[in-house]
Amino acid sequence: MTTTRSSATRAGARKGRPGLLRRLLRHPLGGVSMVVLAVVVLVGALGPFIAPFDPTETSLQTIFAEPGGDHLLGGDSAGRDILSRLLVATAFSLAGGLLVMAIAVAVGVSAGLVAGYYGGVIDATGAWFTALTMSLPSIIVLIAARSVMGPSMWWTMAIFGLFISPVYYRVVYTSVRAVRNELYVDAARTSGLGDVRIIGRHVLLAVRAPVILLMAGVIAAGIGMQAGFDFLGLGDPTTPTWGQMLNEGFYNINRSSNLVLWPALALGITTVALTLLGTALRDELEGTTDKRHSAAQPWVLEEDVPAVMDHGDEPAGEALLTVRDLAVAYPAGTGYATVVKGGRLSVRRGETHGLIGESGSGKTQTAFSILGLLPKGGKVMAGSIVFDGEELVGRTDAQLNALRGSRIAYVPQEPMSNLDPSFTVGHQLTEPLVKVLGMKKAEARERALSLLARVGIPEPQRAFDSYPHQLSGGMAQRVLIAGAVASHPDLLIADEPTTALDVTVQAEVLDLLRDIQEELGMAVLIVTHNFGVVADICDRVTVMQKGVMVETGATRAVFESPRHEYTRALFAAIPQGAPRAPLPGVSSAGSLGAGALR
Amino acid sequence: MLSFVSRRLATGVGLIATLAVLTFFFLQFGVSDVAQRIAGQQAGPDAVAVVEERIGVDRPVQVQFADWAGSALTGDLGRSWFSGQEVTEAVMSRMAVTVSLAVGSVVLTALLGITLGALAATRRGWSDRGVQFLAVLGQAIPGFLMAMALVLVFAINLDWFPATGYTRPSESVPGWLLSITLPVVALTIGSIGGVAQQVRGSMIDAFERDYVRTLRSRGLPRRSVVLQHVLRNAAGPALTVLGLQFVILLGGAVIVETLFSIPGLGPLALTSTSQGDIPVVMGIVIVTGVVVVLVNTLVDVVQAWVNPKVRLS
Repeated sequence: MTTTRSSATRAGARKGRPGLLRRLLRHPLGGVSMVVLAVVVLVGALGPFIAPFDPTETSLQTIFAEPGGDHLLGGDSAGRDILSRLLVATAFSLAGGLLVMAIAVAVGVSAGLVAGYYGGVIDATGAWFTALTMSLPSIIVLIAARSVMGPSMWWTMAIFGLFISPVYYRVVYTSVRAVRNELYVDAARTSGLGDVRIIGRHVLLAVRAPVILLMAGVIAAGIGMQAGFDFLGLGDPTTPTWGQMLNEGFYNINRSSNLVLWPALALGITTVALTLLGTALRDELEGTTDKRHSAAQPWVLEEDVPAVMDHGDEPAGEALLTVRDLAVAYPAGTGYATVVKGGRLSVRRGETHGLIGESGSGKTQTAFSILGLLPKGGKVMAGSIVFDGEELVGRTDAQLNALRGSRIAYVPQEPMSNLDPSFTVGHQLTEPLVKVLGMKKAEARERALSLLARVGIPEPQRAFDSYPHQLSGGMAQRVLIAGAVASHPDLLIADEPTTALDVTVQAEVLDLLRDIQEELGMAVLIVTHNFGVVADICDRVTVMQKGVMVETGATRAVFESPRHEYTRALFAAIPQGAPRAPLPGVSSAGSLGAGALR
Repeated sequence: MLSFVSRRLATGVGLIATLAVLTFFFLQFGVSDVAQRIAGQQAGPDAVAVVEERIGVDRPVQVQFADWAGSALTGDLGRSWFSGQEVTEAVMSRMAVTVSLAVGSVVLTALLGITLGALAATRRGWSDRGVQFLAVLGQAIPGFLMAMALVLVFAINLDWFPATGYTRPSESVPGWLLSITLPVVALTIGSIGGVAQQVRGSMIDAFERDYVRTLRSRGLPRRSVVLQHVLRNAAGPALTVLGLQFVILLGGAVIVETLFSIPGLGPLALTSTSQGDIPVVMGIVIVTGVVVVLVNTLVDVVQAWVNPKVRLS
């Protein structure tokens, strides 16, 4: 029953994911290990039938016989034929590993399914049993079990399978818990499908991959454990295994090194192949292949980028930051996906500039390019970013570091995930002050406290000593603003600084940004999808669509006479009569429909 | 924090109690002829009955268990049926040897595993592949096979270390170090990989976290962000793996001790189970359980210290 189940699971998986076998064979590790394992399995399957001698038959004439003649690999300390023993041991060792896997899958998967699906007593028992197996090394249990069950290899392996079944239990349990609350399972239940059919059809599908994934490792563990157990001399002499042969060889090492060699090779090659197969399986099933991306095609900008529609209808100020024809691309498939494709963006000294567009329009990628902090894989392919007369594209990370945090600062979108959960707010605020700006510890502390007070945190000392998870989202965003402006930067890049906050808090944070901007006279580049934010605090605005900056100009000019059809479409999408600012007396954030484009 | 630790310990006590009950009753299936073996094969029924009465197996099982549990609570685990030695003393002195092997390898594993994992995560490329290859190899080769190879090469061929035997630290510290080097190395090789892989994975995860970008945006050099923030946040999962490794190493020590003839728990476990010496087997199971529970609690405490969310809730 147990073996049918596991082979059925495997067969089902092959059918469900056509090509897994082929992909495995093509995987550099997977192919080699599968060939090796196929040979080992073949030897195991045929071994007992082609063994030239009885593997347990002793003979005085062939004690430590030299290899050659009738006894191809020689004889051992009792004169048994080494080749025959090796062939038969392969069969027993593999069978032991498979038994471990079968029991672990049968027990772990079924218990995990039931516990995950129904919960209750079985759930509690499962957790308890898992904890129990983790509190004792399995070899101690197996040795103790042997005193009851005798030296039977089958019993030992069955108990070991039971003992490591929690490996499966936990994986299946977690997946089932996750799937159980999925909508499609709910739908199946309301449409009257029985539990058994739901488990069979939907839940089993979800746990298939992790179950297959663990198989190779569990078999390897079983074979290794059995070898170790038999190496201790605890095995049943009537079922020769690699472990027994190793024991025999090791203690006769002075008489003949020949005895250790073959079983050690067999055991080592098999477990290494199984482990490599497990790694290959993980790569293919989870797509974690760590191959270096080698783009077959070089990057090219595929489309023509239209010139930006510049309103240009006001006295030009001194540009602090100019982004020209910027192209940012990520490796994808055999080529690249280009997320920012060009246009022009110019931020003047001391102004607040809005960069607006839908999500996916490339505005955040533009912001990260300016900071030189694109996510993994992202690269500036073309264009220029000039900050205060200096070209930033092509600079090394260390050179950019000299600007970051001192002259260019950054306020992120999601406040909670942008504070390190393991350090206090105070530590995160003072660390850059000390390391980057070279302040003394006490001085940095004073500065951080006054900054916290400045950004409107009621009890600065308490916030200073807090960990991020003890703060509200609004407070955390204030902390991040405090950290960003600590160095009196020339340019502050704020990436959707209010999107993750409650509506009431949004208005307060915008007010704060505006106040600080006026106080420090810095330029602010504010990335947003909200025209309310732009109307509220921006002097000028640039509209971005599908990676291209399409229109730019004074906020008033763009609002009064949008030229690009996309800008007009954006305005048309703002619902008429949308709720205005929620609180009287609070700034007009959201007056054009906060989040209308969300 | 205090209630956190006491809660963990209470769970541990529950576990050990379950362990004791299960093991005791399970072992009853194997005791049918123990008295005969103690008395000797030639002994008649009368002599066997005397032995049965002496070791107390003539009483009902539940009475035997109550008796055992009662004295176990006072720290007395009874006497060996075969040698008459005090179980508490025998198990504790051997446990000390086994634990010193396991602790030695955990420390070595932590140092090397974290260093290699961090190296692989930050450098990537070839050093990454090298570490992953070592990790797979270490995981794949059974510990005792590794130990055998080490003995054959370093003890028998090169004669740098003693092949077998154990020198107590009280006799000679250098001798002790020499005698545990190969066993500890053998145990460590197998466990470095898992820890290195874990550290590598969680560091690569941590690199992509938002707060790392924000810290970098403040002008902090990559190196200092890695050393302080990334490593600190990767420490939690690494600790969990180290805790699990300790249990595995304890098990590995049993085999490795037998191979090196080190008088730890392993050889005792072998003789006592093959004889059916229930008091000793029970003692080994219980003391091992206690050690594991203590280590797990310690891991949880350190975990809480590393992760303020756990500590402060």
